[in-house]
Amino acid sequence: MKFAIALFSAAHAPSSRRALLFAQAALAGGHEIVRLFFYQDGVYNASSSVVTPQDEQDLPRQWRTFVSDHQLDGVVCIAAALRRGALNDEEAQRYQRSAASVEAPWALSGLGQLHDAIQDADRLICFGGA
Amino acid sequence: MAKSLLLISRQAPWSGPGAREALDIVLAGGAFDLPIGLLFLDDGVFQLLAGQNARTVQQKDLSANLQALPMFGVEDLFVCADSAEERGVATDALALGEIKVLSAAHIAQLIDRYDQVITL
Repeated sequence: MKFAIALFSAAHAPSSRRALLFAQAALAGGHEIVRLFFYQDGVYNASSSVVTPQDEQDLPRQWRTFVSDHQLDGVVCIAAALRRGALNDEEAQRYQRSAASVEAPWALSGLGQLHDAIQDADRLICFGGA
Repeated sequence: MAKSLLLISRQAPWSGPGAREALDIVLAGGAFDLPIGLLFLDDGVFQLLAGQNARTVQQKDLSANLQALPMFGVEDLFVCADSAEERGVATDALALGEIKVLSAAHIAQLIDRYDQVITL
């Protein structure tokens, strides 16, 4: 089955952990993930600026490793990310900000990527919504 | 055929960017000509109150975005009657004229009609 996964909650939220576990289980079960789309506070999961205490789970790092290892399409909504200070190099330059915290494998893009993934996938699975 | 999407908007308009961001998903879907529905549920019904003065809380009004829905081809608009009644929101004078008022019992059927659902 082809899954699109949308994540709306911050990196410290239990639902973000569940999203990663689901994504890992989907691939382990032989399914395909057409795209991960991080929206609202979900954009924090793509931030390389998050510092987690050593004895706690570092979810942004785990997401990064997971997406890189499986060469997944990881998209962060650009409008939601800008609003929350999660910029890549290009946006940091555009808005003259001193820090960029969104790096590869993540791509900043628009909501069209969410709709595109919904059309492509058999199922959309959402985590961390209201 | 394009898959249909129902967006269930459950957040009050001034509780953060949530309501606006939920609406943005709907408007983007409309811009791509996708079959999309929008249901206001729970505190989401507060978005529909007419005559809100956003400037007093230093915010931007959501009503312009709501009024844009028909222009973006989003005409399947619904509000939960039970949510509105619980919150004292009268459904005969909402900010959106063309909206269908559904009882909670009918919402299960509504959700069933759509291929995908996002709740925000």
